[in-house]
Amino acid sequence: MTAVVSLYRDIGSSGPRAVAETVTDPELPALTLADLGVLRDVRVVDGTVVVDITPTYSGCPAMGVMRADLLHALHSAGFDDVEVRTVLSPAWSTDWISDEGRRKLSAAGIAPPGTAPVRLSGPVPLQLGPSRRTAACPLCGSPDTEELSEFGATACKALRRCRSCREPFEHVKEI
Amino acid sequence: MGHEETVYEALDHAHGGEGHWAFGTGFDEPLAGVDTTVPDGVDPADLGTYCLMLGDDALVLAQRLTQWVTAAPELEEEVAVANVALDLLGQARLLLARAGSVGVLGRSRERATESIPDEDALAYFRDPDEFRNTALVEAENGDFGQTMARLLVASTVRLAVFSRLRESRDPVLAAIAAKGVNELAYHRDHAARWVLRLGDGTGESHRRVQAGVDAVGPLLADVLTATDVEQRLVAGGVAVDPADVREEVRSVLTQVLDQATLRVPEWPADTPPRGRVGQHGPELTTLLATLQGLARQHPAATW
Repeated sequence: MTAVVSLYRDIGSSGPRAVAETVTDPELPALTLADLGVLRDVRVVDGTVVVDITPTYSGCPAMGVMRADLLHALHSAGFDDVEVRTVLSPAWSTDWISDEGRRKLSAAGIAPPGTAPVRLSGPVPLQLGPSRRTAACPLCGSPDTEELSEFGATACKALRRCRSCREPFEHVKEI
Repeated sequence: MGHEETVYEALDHAHGGEGHWAFGTGFDEPLAGVDTTVPDGVDPADLGTYCLMLGDDALVLAQRLTQWVTAAPELEEEVAVANVALDLLGQARLLLARAGSVGVLGRSRERATESIPDEDALAYFRDPDEFRNTALVEAENGDFGQTMARLLVASTVRLAVFSRLRESRDPVLAAIAAKGVNELAYHRDHAARWVLRLGDGTGESHRRVQAGVDAVGPLLADVLTATDVEQRLVAGGVAVDPADVREEVRSVLTQVLDQATLRVPEWPADTPPRGRVGQHGPELTTLLATLQGLARQHPAATW
C-alpha cells in the first residue's frame, strides 16, 4: 500500500511544501516557483518527497537550475529523499501566476500578463496586425504604452515602452 | 533562495561540487519523472522514429535560425530569432528524449560515451543519413526575407500538425504538442508580420521576399506526403497525416501572401518522402558539421 500525503495545505515553515515554496525562479529571482505556478505539487510518497514542476516554455533553460535549487533547499532542510518530476500536461499558462506573483512582478518593474488566450482545438487563427496586448507601465502606471518586440531577454517576456515616462520595460506575455 | 550565490554554483553543487558541469552530465533530462510508457498496440520503433522526424525538424531549423544571431537586421530581431530557435530547441530536446525513451537511438550509441544522455547522443552522434528532418528546414537561409518566408511556411505546417497532435494516443507526444502550439503560434505570426512588412514595403524588399517565397515554395513537396511509419501511426491514432494539414497550410499561406501583395507560388506536386527517410542534400552535412563538431572532437567534454 502506497501512502500518499498531499501537502497542498500544510502550514508552518518546516514542511516540505513550505520549504519548496521558498525556492525562487533563477531568471525572475523576485518570484518564487510557487508564485509563478511552476511548482505544481509537493507530496510525500512512502517517505520520499515528490515535487512536480512544469516548464514555462519548452526551451526554458532554467529547468535544470530549478531542479537543482529545489533539491538543495529540501536536502538542506533535512529531507534526504527527494524526487523532482517534470510535468508536461497541462501546459503552463501565465494564468497560473498568483496575485502575489503579479504584485512582485510589478514591484520588480516587469508588467504582469493579462488573461491568456484560450486555445481551443482546431486551427489557431492568424494574427497579422500588431499584437492587441496592453500593459500599464510598471514604473509610472500610465496605460499609454507600446510594444517594441514580442520577444525579450527571456522566452516569457516581451519588450514594451511607455509613451508617458519614455522608459522601456519588460512584459510577461500571455501564454 | 540564497544557498548559492550563482546559478553556476547551484548547478555545480547538484553535480558533486567538482567545479564543472556541461554537456554529458544529464542534469537536465527533459523527461525526468514523466511516465514514458508506450500505449498499447503502438510499435515503439515507429513511435521513436516519428519523434525523430518532428524533433529533427526543430533541431535543424533552430540551428539555421541561430545563424542569424549577430547578423539580424536589428537588435530586437536578433533576440526574436534566438527566442524562436530556443523554443524549437526545447521541443527538439523533448522529442529526442522521447525517441530515446523508447529505445530509438540509431547508431548514435556506438559513438556517444555512456554518460551522454540519449537526447545529446541523438543530436550530436548521428550522421546525416540518420536524420529525419524535411528538406524545408535544412535548406540554406538565403537573405532575411527568405529566412522569414521559410519560418512562415515551416511554422505554419508545424502548428497545423501540433494542433492535431494534441489528441495523440501517446500522452507524451500530446503534452509536447499542447505546449508547442502556444509557442508555434507566436513564431508563425512573427514570421507572417515580417513577410507582410517586406512584401508590402519597398520595391526592393518586395522583390527580395518574393524571391524568397519562390525559393521556399517547392520545398513543401518534401513535407506533405506520409512515410510508411507515419501511415501506421496515423492508423493507430498516434501521428498526424501530413496530407490532412494541406488545406490549412494552403489557406494560411494564401491569406498572408495575398495581404503582403505577394504572388502565391505554384503548389508543388507530391513527391515520395526524402528527408523523412534520411535522404538529404549536402547542406545538412555542412550544418551538422557545425552543430556536432565540438561534441565529436571532445566526446566527454566538461567545462
